[in-house]
Amino acid sequence: MTTARMLDDWEMVVGLEVHVQLKTRTKIFCACATNFGAAPNVNTCPVCLALPGALPVLNAHAVELAARAALAINCTVNPTSVFARKNYFYPDSPKGYQISQFDKPLATGGFIDIGHRADGSPIRICVTRVHMEEDAGKSIHDRFAEVSAIDLNRSGTPLIEIVSEPDIRSAEEAGAYLRVLKQILEYIEVSDVNMEEGSLRVDANVSARRRGETTLGTKAEVKNLNSFSGVERALEVEFSRQVALLSAGGRVEQQTMLWDERANEVRPSRTKEGSHDYRYFPEPDLPALILSTDWINKQRDDLPELPAQRRARFASEYGLGAYDIDVLTAGPRLAEYFEAVARAHGDPKVAANWVMGEVLGQLKATGQGLDSFNVRPADLAQLLDLVRDGVVSHTAGKQIFNHMLATGGLPSEIAVREGLIKVDDDAQLAAWLDEVLAELPAEAKRFRKGETKLQGVLIGATMKKSKGRADPKKLAQLLGKLAE
Amino acid sequence: MSQPSPAAKALIEDTIGLRCSPSSTVDCAIARADAVGAGQEHLNIFVSTDTADARRHAAATAAMLGDQTPALLCGVPVSIKDNIATTTLTTSCGSRILEGYVSPYEATVVTKLRAAGAIPFGKTNMDEFAMGSSTENSAYGPTRNPLAHDRVPGGSSGGSAAAVAAGIVPIALGSETGGSVRQPAAFCGIVGVKPTYGRVSRFGLVAFASSLDHIGVLGATVDDAARGLHVIAGHDSRDSTSVDCEVPEYYNAHAFPLKGMVVGRPKEYFPENLDARIRALCDASLERLRGLGAEIRDVSLPHTELAIPVYYIIAPAEASSNLARFDGVRYGLRIEGDGLRGMYEATRSNGFGAEVTRRILLGTYVLSAGYYDAYYRKAQQVRTLIARDFSTVFASGVDVLFTPTAPTTAFKIGAISDPYEMYMSDIFTVTANLAGVPAMSQPIGRVDGLPVGGQFIAAHFNEMKMFTAAYALEHALGSEVHV
Amino acid sequence: MAITIEDVRHIAALARLGMTDERATVIVGELNTILSHMDALSQVKTEGVQEAIGVGARGLPTRSDSGPPMPLERALHTFAPSVREGFLLVPRLSTHESPADA
Repeated sequence: MTTARMLDDWEMVVGLEVHVQLKTRTKIFCACATNFGAAPNVNTCPVCLALPGALPVLNAHAVELAARAALAINCTVNPTSVFARKNYFYPDSPKGYQISQFDKPLATGGFIDIGHRADGSPIRICVTRVHMEEDAGKSIHDRFAEVSAIDLNRSGTPLIEIVSEPDIRSAEEAGAYLRVLKQILEYIEVSDVNMEEGSLRVDANVSARRRGETTLGTKAEVKNLNSFSGVERALEVEFSRQVALLSAGGRVEQQTMLWDERANEVRPSRTKEGSHDYRYFPEPDLPALILSTDWINKQRDDLPELPAQRRARFASEYGLGAYDIDVLTAGPRLAEYFEAVARAHGDPKVAANWVMGEVLGQLKATGQGLDSFNVRPADLAQLLDLVRDGVVSHTAGKQIFNHMLATGGLPSEIAVREGLIKVDDDAQLAAWLDEVLAELPAEAKRFRKGETKLQGVLIGATMKKSKGRADPKKLAQLLGKLAE
Repeated sequence: MSQPSPAAKALIEDTIGLRCSPSSTVDCAIARADAVGAGQEHLNIFVSTDTADARRHAAATAAMLGDQTPALLCGVPVSIKDNIATTTLTTSCGSRILEGYVSPYEATVVTKLRAAGAIPFGKTNMDEFAMGSSTENSAYGPTRNPLAHDRVPGGSSGGSAAAVAAGIVPIALGSETGGSVRQPAAFCGIVGVKPTYGRVSRFGLVAFASSLDHIGVLGATVDDAARGLHVIAGHDSRDSTSVDCEVPEYYNAHAFPLKGMVVGRPKEYFPENLDARIRALCDASLERLRGLGAEIRDVSLPHTELAIPVYYIIAPAEASSNLARFDGVRYGLRIEGDGLRGMYEATRSNGFGAEVTRRILLGTYVLSAGYYDAYYRKAQQVRTLIARDFSTVFASGVDVLFTPTAPTTAFKIGAISDPYEMYMSDIFTVTANLAGVPAMSQPIGRVDGLPVGGQFIAAHFNEMKMFTAAYALEHALGSEVHV
Repeated sequence: MAITIEDVRHIAALARLGMTDERATVIVGELNTILSHMDALSQVKTEGVQEAIGVGARGLPTRSDSGPPMPLERALHTFAPSVREGFLLVPRLSTHESPADA
């Protein structure tokens, strides 16, 4: 039996645990800054250094962001939640315990729709819980010989952990779940959600079972996942490993596996099973977090438009196709940019073409973000107006756009300054045309003999000579007369 | 021969009236400490003292004198237990693991004391991390009871109690998790107050068991204790368990009438096997209160006998977690070993003494997988029942309860070696920590020449009633308590 | 539920307390004596009784998301046992060593 055939008999069952750093100015339990790049251990105070006698005080904004995230993925925010201590020794955990939430988390029972099945039914991944906790510091192993270096600047950065049900059935679904989740979190502006920078981290619980089975197999936890594509590959590799074991009559051991991106393999961590005993108990330094229904409702009402809602609206309001909508709504900034252009200009399809073509092309080429982009939506809309109204040609429009990129100037001013206003004066057009015909005598001769397909070449050359200012329609008319 | 410190009230008036300077007050305290033999070789009251440091604090108080004089504790020297963070002297918690550690930040209560014009005077000896009832568990040797040098001063705030009892200072800060202010106050013949949980900020108090820890005040008299508590009480945004609730002037509690007050006598605190002489002193005090117009009512707090088991599950559980931060990485003792785990184990097993080790192990056990429900969860449920006992009795119209503070008088150094027998000396005090209600001990007489303490317990945030009763009883007993 | 010497070794390892066998044997006896007194709790009916969390607490207060942080009167390197270039130093850990192995 081939490997592929063997895999077909088995079903992958995955649940994901996603840690997300919340975008607050200060840490979750103290007033230290959360900014990156500070010198080691500079952003620390008695609380996040765990000095004897220091006590935690909860950051209100962290609660708002956590609740916003939970509500955006359809969770119920619990009126009472309780912080708990997760006890373990590690040098980047200064208190010897992490303040987290255990049996009474902030929110429970949500879901994320990640696409559609062939029959049109939604693929829905349920979310078990969202809880708040503090990040650990950083252990740096390659800085000095023979010792590890500890930097506690990150210690106490607010996190939420989003735990999914084991509803994911393939690596692609896992990837889709993460991309949809990341997009939602970007829309509601709770996190930078950057996996490379560590503001989003993923652990996966993976098991395999024969197709048709309803009970869950023994799972392994896969850690050290560094990118979405890495998650997908790691899941495939771990699933294959488990299927090979199970098919041979073996059994999967409940253990932690580490993904090795370069070797494209998973290997067991050295963690001894049963050595985790976190001895959770309610954090006595923090009374229960009580959130009123009014407060929770306000957080829900204040949520911005979420990606799914925006996609639906872009379809109904602007009549855009599915592909265009997916591209334009990928991130909240681009969607807002497009919408501003479309509203100011009036033709959403033209706006979509320009934003997806020129704007996105430029952003991708330079790697910059819309925040620092020189072309303001209102100015782009004005440019589109100029093209639509025939004031400048489409070709000139692109030239003007390039000037706008460089200088941030107004399109109308650039058009005048650069002499790009469309020329439809017959005498000038005829003069340019005569020059071109003189420069291309062979083509001119063949065209006059009726080889009309050469019209494009001649118009192109004339446009170039006019620096894009010539009205191509008029040129076609003039050429038409020549051919007769 | 140097005299015992004057009462806080007199010191404040004399300082403000410029009849006595902060520096001369400090000199008197230094002289008294020398005279009574406070040093390590004798009473061993302090873990760290520094006359220059005390004089600097006195100078700071002197500089406050003038139009804006902070009257509340102006010119009063106050000793501070060694588990409360101060930035000039050590905060070593009586432990080897924090030997010589000086905190880079200051506890809220110390900031409040200084702002009120008090003069911090020495860090006092204690049972390591406040785990003990005799101050024998200090890495820096036991403190002796100033009233009977072969006996313990009680604990864990034994150094603070001894500093007051020896007349060095009129007020000292202590802390308690199960009676560590009240029991040493009783053993040393002084007053010890534990306020309502949340009344005094714990920010800067090195945690033993966070849900039971309180900072309290030891005073030579009820008035000294009332003044000390008034200054350190109040809301602190740095402690999430601190309660924002008005702080009354406890030192004016004597102006309120005792007449009509209902004093409950809970039968569980007067068991058959209670020392008859201690029982007799308590009942004599109750008779005095009745004579002053109080109604004495027999009441019951049925879950009292469960308090010690509950306490010795919850307190070690929290302690096992709170003491995890002493790992040799950021501060304190570090002893290298085989790798990281070896460093942790060498540091912690050498840094912690026997009782602390025992309680960390006990706490780790009751929280560990498979035992949490039977021990920790159960204990927290029974704790609720104990707290309900108090709510019920106070809701029935009882204003304060009166009980013995401890089942014995000060015992001899080294007399108790069995851990559980030592735990039983907290039997009448732990309930107030478990319920979070305020309680205080004051001297009510002597047995075999050793002081006996009587305890008032009030409802949450009703310290004022407790002080009213305490002032009245202190006045009624007068000098009888010393014979 | 008597504690065994294996239990003591396990919890001592969890608590990172080094211990000789002699000491562990003594601790077994001490902890069993203490725990025998705790058995009284198992007789108490506690169905439906809330666990005490935050005695006297009135909900969790929060702080605004702003600084400045509480300053240290002395810098970390003045009291930390081992510091280099601002980092706290510990014995070398392997890259993927998990807390349970440390």
